[in-house]
Amino acid sequence: MNEIVPTHNIGSYVPMVDGPEKVSGRAKYTADLISQGMLAGRIFRSPYSHAEIIDVDVSAAMQVPGVKAIVTGADCDKTFGVLPIARSEHPMARDKVRYRGEPVAAVAAVDDATAKRAIALIKLTVRELPAYYTSQEAMAEGASIIHARKPGNIERDVLFELGNVEQGFGSADLVREGHYDCAEVCQNQMEMHAAIAEYDAVRERMTVHASTQVPYYVHLMLAQILDMDMSKIRVIKPHVGGGFGCRTEALNVELITALLARRAGGSVRMIINREETFITHRGRPQTDIRLKLGMRKDGKITAVECECYQRGGAHSGYGVVTILYAGSMLYAIYDLHNVKYIGKRVLTNTPPCGAFRGHGTVDVRFAFESLLDEMAGELGLDPLAVRRANYLTAPTFTDNDLMVNSYGLPECVDWVEKASGWIARKGKLPRGKGLGFACSHYISGASRPVNWTGEPHATVKIKLDFDGSIVVLSGAAEIGQGSSTILVQTVAEVLGLDLSRVRIVTGDSEVVPKDNGSYSSRVTFMVGNAAIDAAQNLKRVLVAAAARKLDAKPEEIECLGELYRAGAQDKGLNFNEVVTEALKDTGTITVTGNYSTIPESHGGKKYRGAAIGGTMGYSYSAQVVEVSVDEDTGVVTVDKVWVAHDCGKALNRLTVEGQVQGSVWMGLGQAMSEETAYHEGLLITGNMLDYRVPTIQDSPPIEVGIVESNDPHGPFGAKEAGEGSLAAFLPALTNAIADATGVRLNDLPVTPDRVFAAVEKRRRASPARAAGRAV
Amino acid sequence: MRDTRFEWGAEYWYWESHMAQTLARILELTLNGRPRVDAVPDNLLLLDYLREVVGLTGTKTGCDGGECGACTVLVDDQPRLSCLTLAAGVRGQRVDTVESLGQDGHLSAVQRGFHEKLGAQCGYCTPGFIMASAGLLRRNPRPSEDDIRRALGSNICRCTGYVKIIEAVKYAAELNAAGVAP
Repeated sequence: MNEIVPTHNIGSYVPMVDGPEKVSGRAKYTADLISQGMLAGRIFRSPYSHAEIIDVDVSAAMQVPGVKAIVTGADCDKTFGVLPIARSEHPMARDKVRYRGEPVAAVAAVDDATAKRAIALIKLTVRELPAYYTSQEAMAEGASIIHARKPGNIERDVLFELGNVEQGFGSADLVREGHYDCAEVCQNQMEMHAAIAEYDAVRERMTVHASTQVPYYVHLMLAQILDMDMSKIRVIKPHVGGGFGCRTEALNVELITALLARRAGGSVRMIINREETFITHRGRPQTDIRLKLGMRKDGKITAVECECYQRGGAHSGYGVVTILYAGSMLYAIYDLHNVKYIGKRVLTNTPPCGAFRGHGTVDVRFAFESLLDEMAGELGLDPLAVRRANYLTAPTFTDNDLMVNSYGLPECVDWVEKASGWIARKGKLPRGKGLGFACSHYISGASRPVNWTGEPHATVKIKLDFDGSIVVLSGAAEIGQGSSTILVQTVAEVLGLDLSRVRIVTGDSEVVPKDNGSYSSRVTFMVGNAAIDAAQNLKRVLVAAAARKLDAKPEEIECLGELYRAGAQDKGLNFNEVVTEALKDTGTITVTGNYSTIPESHGGKKYRGAAIGGTMGYSYSAQVVEVSVDEDTGVVTVDKVWVAHDCGKALNRLTVEGQVQGSVWMGLGQAMSEETAYHEGLLITGNMLDYRVPTIQDSPPIEVGIVESNDPHGPFGAKEAGEGSLAAFLPALTNAIADATGVRLNDLPVTPDRVFAAVEKRRRASPARAAGRAV
Repeated sequence: MRDTRFEWGAEYWYWESHMAQTLARILELTLNGRPRVDAVPDNLLLLDYLREVVGLTGTKTGCDGGECGACTVLVDDQPRLSCLTLAAGVRGQRVDTVESLGQDGHLSAVQRGFHEKLGAQCGYCTPGFIMASAGLLRRNPRPSEDDIRRALGSNICRCTGYVKIIEAVKYAAELNAAGVAP
């Protein structure tokens, strides 16, 4: 008997539970759900950046044989948007178009070629208005207004000063200011946006399949846009080919598809192409940052002043939250006092931005870690020593009331220092080679969801029936990040069972409990905790049944996963016998698990919007990047990245490594080559060749160190792993380039022409220095 | 006031819809090991033939043509972008898609590599990577890391940073050496 032990999986390398479907081609994504009789949907988009709509004439298009339905802005006067305070967007433009590519009308036809023919016959008549493509132009005196209730084209103004910045700078030994310009970038996930809407005219019900991270928000917005009762709507999320934040709000794609399906009284499949996926956007805004830091000789930061302008695009989306994150997340990584933040989210005539991985934190972190590095150099301090002089001591609350309970940043810094050979190699590499260092952090889910209802933050159900298989029901959206795997693991772990006993059902509003969705790295922490709660509730039911059958008290029952017994000498009951006993009273067992954040984690009230940034646990990351720079061409090669990530506890080491490598690499793309560029509002990088995504040939080895700080509130101690390591790559790269060449690049991406120009400028400024190694 | 019929690539659409009027012809090929005959329009892409006509949706559309590699299939064992290949152009040839891999319901060496080493996260680029890797192992069973990088240089993945994809292909080569078909 003694050899019987419960099965454990937490902390090991577990391949994803839905991996076999993905590698065999059986996994169905939205566009794969082809059925007979489906209509093809297509969107007519505005060729103007900013214009008053005078007429949308669809009469000629309607005459094309095979066209079944056309909808325009006139068919829907409702607005949508992820933030209840900022629902400014119509599925198709009414009155005005605000960016080039904004949907104006849509066609459903028997096939794609017919839909395209009809689209070409739609006539849009407008009166053009002045258009603004930069924050500065849009904010200029006398600029015309893009949204009626947003004077000066400011979506949101943020200003706070905590402590006394003037005094802080006064007590500094060194004060420096830097200006940073980060280009707009786009998630560019591999699956282009797609939706299938099926309208059941007999029952007046709508079913929508959507490539989304947030089925629940899509559900809410469908009800609003269609003016239908929520109970008449069903949202299904099939396999999703990545998201990285562009699908964390309902998109016009699924809303327009549903409007078309209702008008046509049938099924419509809309697959927008790569260029349109770029235009739907929701990426990271172009950001201008002015950052001023005060530092003592020992590296201690005495004051921070940060001014941040985000070019938000034509609609709000998550904008208010993004500009608040950029300020609030100055905190919770270092021990900072005397901080002033000025943030402006600006409306412009470009596609709307959104919540790209590392939401709001990335560009400000780039500026902060760059300036720290520069100042460390000037004070003759090791960049690592500067971070060490500013560590937090957990548990603590920051000046803006963010709760920090676990803090593995020191271990992260130590790990990369050792792994990269920092002490032995820094400053001793041959000419043209350099090492750079930086840190970053991220939240494990926002403590208050954007759509506050008072319900628990996460709910999971488990069903157990006669067959002894355990079915986890969750609304958490698996988008490739591995959330389904984590939920199966947590339930199996609590029950001491092998993973093979546990199945998971997600992504169908008709079956699974509501979930807020996969964003802000909330799923492992919040839904994971709810899954643990559900599994513990199920275990209680099973233990009670075993006690009854074995004529013992529940507290005497030992649960060994496949065996329940009343003491080491007892033969006990196997799992199926326990299930049979448990079902006698109730039939099929369903249990619920819930999770809610604690009020202490909700952030403060010291300024308007101070709740943004609040979370139950922050992840931490430190990185060392090694580069080679060819000064004659400006080409930078990343030779190697060492990254340590404090994820609290690695529930699955394989997926933690995968997430950390993926975020570092996504930071590499933003830092080195990616940029959505526009010519007078026309996207000129709407494909994966002009929007330069790093290929396997450009991508370095990324060695991952996992740091486990065991968060007191995390599921098994876990925190997030999929976002926090993105931001540190950017400054670690430019710090490495500075180490290799002596030139500091504050504008992203650091393309070869920018590097070359900076090196040339340095050569002209000090020809002598070009001969020797730069420091 | 502008005439919007000439915006947003409308000319291209006219051209394409005009092309749709062109002739169809008989396509005979060996698809995933089975002979097959279809009537296909001259301008039908191999990608659309596989997905929309045959119903093999494992092969993915990831871009507007030749940018991402998600649609990679093997034509006579050579990796080919099915989005840049006319269906009528593979007449008499062997076409293998991701659905052809594996034996008796078990995963092939490359599929196991991508599953067990987490070469697949969201899985959308995965069929293209798997077919390009299978093509590599069929012509070069013991590839170096450099061979792998070169063979997969035209496939884009947004999830993995490619680190675990390289591990997956190396592992697949080991399995292949131990007798598991690629």
